Amino acid sequence: MLVETTIENNIMVDQVLESLAKFLPETTLTITFCVALLVGIIFRSRPKLSMVIALLGVVLSIVFTIRQMGTVQSIFSDMIAVDPFAIFFKLLVGFCAVVIFLFSLYSSEVQSTVKRLVEYSSLLVAMTLGMYLMAGATSLLMIVLSIELTGLSSYVLAGYVKEAPDSSEAALKYIIYGALSTGLMLYGFSIIFGLTGGAVDIYAINKALSTGSVNPIALIVATLLIIAGIGYKISAVPFHFWTPDVYEGAPVTITAFLSVASKAAGFAILIRFFKVSFIDSSALGLPAGFWSTLQEFEWNKIIAILSVLTMTLGNLVAVWQNNLKRLLAYSSIAHAGYMLMGIVVLSDKGIAAVLIYFVVYLFMNLGAFYVVMLVANKTGSEDIDSYRGLGFRAPFVSVAMVIFFISLAGLPPTAGFIGKLFIFASLLDAKWIWLAFVGAINSVISLYYYVRVVRNIFLRDPEAGAGRIVFTIPQIAIVLLLVVPTLVLGLYYSPIVEFANASVIMIGIR
Amino acid sequence: MEFLGIGALSWITFIPIIGMILILFVPKENQNAMKWTAAVATFLQLVIAVMIYFNFDRSLTGINTQEGMQLVEKASWIDIRGVPWFGRIHVDYFLGVDGLSVPMVILTALISFIAVFASWNIPKALKGYMAMLLLLDTGMMGVFVSLDFFLFYVFWEVMLLPMYFLIGIWGGPRREYAAIKFFLYTLLGSVLILLAVIALYFSVTAPDPGTGERIYTFNMLAMMNPANYEPGSLLAGAGTYWRHLAYIALFIGFAIKVPIFPFHTWLPDAHVEAPTAISVILAGVLLKMGTYGLLRISYPMFPELAMYYAWPLALVAIINIIYGALCAMAQQDFKKLIAYSSISHMGIVLLGMSAMNTQGMMGAVLQMFNHGTITAMLFLVVGVLYDRAHTRDIDAFGGLAITMPKYTGIMSVAFFAALGLPGLSGFISEMFSFLGAFQTFRTLTIIAAPGIILTAAYMLWTLQRVFLGQPNEKWASLPDINGRELFTLVPLAIVVLVLGIYPSLLLDVMTSSLNHLVEFVKQGSSALAVVR
Repeated sequence: MLVETTIENNIMVDQVLESLAKFLPETTLTITFCVALLVGIIFRSRPKLSMVIALLGVVLSIVFTIRQMGTVQSIFSDMIAVDPFAIFFKLLVGFCAVVIFLFSLYSSEVQSTVKRLVEYSSLLVAMTLGMYLMAGATSLLMIVLSIELTGLSSYVLAGYVKEAPDSSEAALKYIIYGALSTGLMLYGFSIIFGLTGGAVDIYAINKALSTGSVNPIALIVATLLIIAGIGYKISAVPFHFWTPDVYEGAPVTITAFLSVASKAAGFAILIRFFKVSFIDSSALGLPAGFWSTLQEFEWNKIIAILSVLTMTLGNLVAVWQNNLKRLLAYSSIAHAGYMLMGIVVLSDKGIAAVLIYFVVYLFMNLGAFYVVMLVANKTGSEDIDSYRGLGFRAPFVSVAMVIFFISLAGLPPTAGFIGKLFIFASLLDAKWIWLAFVGAINSVISLYYYVRVVRNIFLRDPEAGAGRIVFTIPQIAIVLLLVVPTLVLGLYYSPIVEFANASVIMIGIR
Repeated sequence: MEFLGIGALSWITFIPIIGMILILFVPKENQNAMKWTAAVATFLQLVIAVMIYFNFDRSLTGINTQEGMQLVEKASWIDIRGVPWFGRIHVDYFLGVDGLSVPMVILTALISFIAVFASWNIPKALKGYMAMLLLLDTGMMGVFVSLDFFLFYVFWEVMLLPMYFLIGIWGGPRREYAAIKFFLYTLLGSVLILLAVIALYFSVTAPDPGTGERIYTFNMLAMMNPANYEPGSLLAGAGTYWRHLAYIALFIGFAIKVPIFPFHTWLPDAHVEAPTAISVILAGVLLKMGTYGLLRISYPMFPELAMYYAWPLALVAIINIIYGALCAMAQQDFKKLIAYSSISHMGIVLLGMSAMNTQGMMGAVLQMFNHGTITAMLFLVVGVLYDRAHTRDIDAFGGLAITMPKYTGIMSVAFFAALGLPGLSGFISEMFSFLGAFQTFRTLTIIAAPGIILTAAYMLWTLQRVFLGQPNEKWASLPDINGRELFTLVPLAIVVLVLGIYPSLLLDVMTSSLNHLVEFVKQGSSALAVVR
């Protein structure tokens, strides 16, 4: 008896140790968080130091993530998956965090509050950690915890510039919506938990659903509640109401981070949860790479409606915006709609298309936000009107902005076109033609408001007395870091497509 | 024809880009260097185009076989050897010309060269202007030489942004409206084309030259062979619902570019607001892309539908001819008049195409070329006048023949060519188009014929109001046309005159290709009809 327990204990200890070895990126971030905080307390006079440490910690975690490549393993008794899919999102989030740190080093908005720089850096690391966990979370508990970790850090960061009233307003709105949506999601989880007889991880849910018959109405209610929770994270319509206010109020660096990394992590959970839980892995007779849903449960139709609403509303409302940050907020809602289309088709191609889109989106959206930040630093305004004649005052940055916007609108030869191409391709391949058509019309609408900004930059003359705007070399280097991939990936996209194809693999099915 | 191991078609397409990069490095003050760089780049392009013309083998047919294409360049561009469920993605850098594209290549080179000289006195931001002009040039040339649909689409879209800026920055008072209207209309067409391209991609496979395995392809030539369509795929079969849908999507995409009624409303705005040189390029080259796309893509890839929709096409052609002419007649603005006359003249191209016989097809392609040169002249003529008088109001002038005799002389060549006077190039192509169309659609052609009279009416009426009659005192001191302006107009006038007297110079180039195209469409449609 005693011996058995010891052996069991030993096995458990072995498992935990083995899991810890696969948990290295997350552990690194945890340690970084603590060190950045401690360093900030000890070296009070040099707050930038902790930012540098945080940056290095994130870079280190990326290195560890790269070393995990190829692993397909479930760790901590099915709490977290370490598979190519999770690794893809970890790399995406990690890279995004690095770029955001670089932004922050030169952001006057962030640097003006020198005293709180330590909290800023460590919270950014905590947020990154939360997203790393979201990328791999496979148990309902882990999903909630990771979303909460990300959420709590971002609520604080959204209100980081306390002095600005709209920043505090943003934080408050964010936290209220966040609390509500998490509550809804938890409720959905609890229904699922009851329906499946106590399944905690998504594999068990899948098993329970595929063996026993489940009350379909309860299942739909639970699914809708869960979609509400995740939909908030990816700002899908009608769970998007917080987005414009938070994006406008938060510092640009945080807005950029939320719009790319937070959305990516949300998509990671959405895709993994639905794909693993509701997919009939025993279905036969489908072409390779296609799946079918359990018991004809057509949750993908719900997502299709969601995606149409999301992109159409995002685009239509963006047309009327005069604040560039708000415009980009609505445009990011629309982009979430495009990406949702990739999930609808229930195929590996669709998922790969979403992953490709995310890589592309990372560069172009961060780039657009960075230019907004640079210009706001100099002119003090994010109004579209303040961009009048910018092309003649700051040609390099303006041309970069045009490239980012053209890419966001999805025109070749930029990377944005490749993202759209693969989404549309996966839709047409699965004969979702009406949805592809809606998406195509939407990209025409989106061109209108992107070009509105371009028009102000190049077609209008600057106000009298407005001189040239000069940027420093590091700032231009960061713009180049984002603009070069936006162009090159448009003309030579094999690397991202191959990377995305390899990253579709996740534990649980096939 | 190779230079430095790179084929003639790559050179002709990318020389403008090289010029553009050079211009970007020229210091801001040195405006002459920018102008001459652009001039040299487009001149080299023209030289290559002329060399292609003289080295072109008139007997090869092209259209649907790689062996029939000339100056072929094929290299692997993107090759993704994927996981099983993804299949392999392969995109080629695939260029080639045949009798259908060579006239367009020559036209593009000629018009671009002239456009640079027509832009000599651009008042602001010359560097950006020349850079955009050359980028546009690459996009246009690329469309006419690419044989891979992906490549074609990239070039097709590359044109949009420079055109937007060229109209939007350097245009007239309502330039912003005109520019965004042009952009949105053409993008709408483009996304429809994109959806059709993807549908075609997932329907057509071609053997990989290395391994022989069949892979999805963007190769346009492979898309023309019904045997390459995978059974059960979206666009397999003949006359299916999906094929109709794809054909219509492609048609709308191209129709917006032509422009075909009712998708034409962007054109008057864009033409009127664009600076002279850009109007010249718009009318001279861009409009031809729509009809080129129909002939290069829609016809051979959907032969049964090309036949099925021939009658409706003839109908819209007639609407274009008559409606365009009537609108032109009602205009006070000289430039708007020319813009509507373009709609009318492009209708003749469509009518010739719809005839589905060799005469009609020859007339159509020749009309594409002739309209390119004649309308370019007309816009240049208007530009010359506007530069001096700063108004385009037709009624504001009168008796200009007295103050500007040289100008009036060259202008009348353009006017008479446009109204189809025998001896000038416009006559030959209109003649052929109507001849072809008469055999197929007798009644419709008879209805269309008065369009010619309307054309003559508005052209002559305009000529009378502007150049004849009592001289307006206000314009008594207008200087006559200068050397640079003559330099832009005279080459076009020579082309118009020579092709009017001896059209075989150009007809020779296209005969075998267009014969083959007609045969191919007819055979294809009857073969597919049997399948159905």
